[in-house]
Amino acid sequence: MGERNVKKRKVAVRILLTLFVVNLIFPVLLLAAGSFMGPEELKESYGSVLYGIDGELQWKLFPLYPTLKAYLQLLLDSPDFFVMFWNSCRQTFSVLAGQLLFGLPAAWALGRYRFPGRKVILYLYMILMILPFQVTMVSGYTVLSFFSVLDTHWAVILPGVFATFPVFLMTKFFQQIPDSLLEAAKVDGAGAAASFFYIGLPLGMPGIVSALILNFLEYWNAIEAPMTFLKTKSLLPVSLYLSNITVSDMGSAFAASILIMAPSIFLFACGQNYLEQGILASGLKE
Amino acid sequence: MQKKQRRHWVKKWTSIFQNRRERITPWILLAPSLSGVCIFVLLPFADVVRRSFLNAVGSEFVGLKNYKSVLQNTAFELAAGNTVRFLAVCLPLLLSISLFLGLLLLRAGEKSGILKSGFLLPMAVPAGSVVLFWQLFFDKGGILNELLEQAGVRGADYMNTPKAFGVLVAVYLWKNLGYDMILWISGLLGIPDSLYEAAKMDGANGVMCFVHITCPLLLPTAFLTGILSLVNAFKVFREAYMIAGNYPHDSIYMLQNLFNNWFLKLDMQKMTAAAVMLALILGLILIGSQKIEEKWGRGM
Repeated sequence: MGERNVKKRKVAVRILLTLFVVNLIFPVLLLAAGSFMGPEELKESYGSVLYGIDGELQWKLFPLYPTLKAYLQLLLDSPDFFVMFWNSCRQTFSVLAGQLLFGLPAAWALGRYRFPGRKVILYLYMILMILPFQVTMVSGYTVLSFFSVLDTHWAVILPGVFATFPVFLMTKFFQQIPDSLLEAAKVDGAGAAASFFYIGLPLGMPGIVSALILNFLEYWNAIEAPMTFLKTKSLLPVSLYLSNITVSDMGSAFAASILIMAPSIFLFACGQNYLEQGILASGLKE
Repeated sequence: MQKKQRRHWVKKWTSIFQNRRERITPWILLAPSLSGVCIFVLLPFADVVRRSFLNAVGSEFVGLKNYKSVLQNTAFELAAGNTVRFLAVCLPLLLSISLFLGLLLLRAGEKSGILKSGFLLPMAVPAGSVVLFWQLFFDKGGILNELLEQAGVRGADYMNTPKAFGVLVAVYLWKNLGYDMILWISGLLGIPDSLYEAAKMDGANGVMCFVHITCPLLLPTAFLTGILSLVNAFKVFREAYMIAGNYPHDSIYMLQNLFNNWFLKLDMQKMTAAAVMLALILGLILIGSQKIEEKWGRGM
């Protein structure tokens, strides 16, 4: 009897939570539904808000006449969207590659070596990682203009490459590798480089992947930096697409918002486990 | 002669290098990252600190004048007040709701993988794509008002009244619930079951267990989650900017908006002074939190 009660309560809690979650993902569902509507249906449903025409708003989670028109228009007939999407790819993947190139050795040094000054550097990296963009906005601007890379892709890429968060995150994962493994490798005659490539990299892989995922989400979502350091419209990332469109593009706005979030959602679905590990390791404990 | 000297140098340095290899290696590995950080963040920020004490042309030392003019600025007062109010409302709300949901999720048992994904999903949704939904939802004739109407409640204009503050709070909660929940759950799982069992043997009920076991042992987690939520609170500007632009309603005019507008007006003096102050405050919070954590680490 008691056990059955416990079970019942568990089911009740689960139903409650499910309802809550449905509310949380409601925005995504509604956008997805809207992306399959044709222009007529969109106007009918959301015209009062989007186009300012008279009538009542009628939202729905299932389009009456599902069509891929909006996607086709976006992919085949909107060069703007294409350019901005490609910009986002270039900027985000360059940042990630740079973070690995510069961050991996630094994280290996901070995680596996004991040397004077290590703590100071860790503290420094930690403070830099929590500073909001606005604090470093002026200094960033001056240095980027000094190198005269303002209003180029580099203006967004370079500051991202030297963000300290991925270094911090990977450091924490490298620290967790048991000492005995590396000592054993040393005894067997492995040099510093060999132990990094044969032990550090494979065992630190969860850390590297979670740094990559968290930073992908961060830079795919970049808004402040491109807004401040880029002027030319053809250089802007896709995260700013929706704030730049006019009423005439509204028909494909839903499809655009789905395509903008698609890479992030895809990565999230594949690497949720790593994402959680990354969140847990972002704790500012040294 | 020259050749000999050079050879001597090379020899000297290789020997130093080999002797101190262990000591130098970490610095060689750190060098690329550290020099990048210096060039792109530290040196220019030092320049910002310097300029915050100079006049507009940068020729004269003016002491704390820039700082004073920031603190006396009415826009700054508004923005700083709003930011503090936002943090004071959001952080307790976010922390308590996410803890409650985390407890429920644990109660619901192990098969909640999908539920957890649902909670985390908003984290992955870029601000630049979900903005369309927020517009539809909070518009005067939008989804929220329509739902309220069906329930018999009169709606309101959310974006152009002080209710905009509530919109921002809602968006922040939506985005960060899952993130905080993950941190809480790991804290909760770290509390050994034996403690609860022992307490139950002694006749403690659920509430007593929560107050006397869960709460004190969760304190470090609470602290950490609080700091991370504070950091994430500054990122809500992305959503705020996408929804409301540079000049939103007064109730959600945040420090980030102010920085942006000073930047557009090239008001470098105020910007530099304000940036230094903000960096100082956040740095102090971080260092203070580290000190407290160290104390706890020793105490436990």
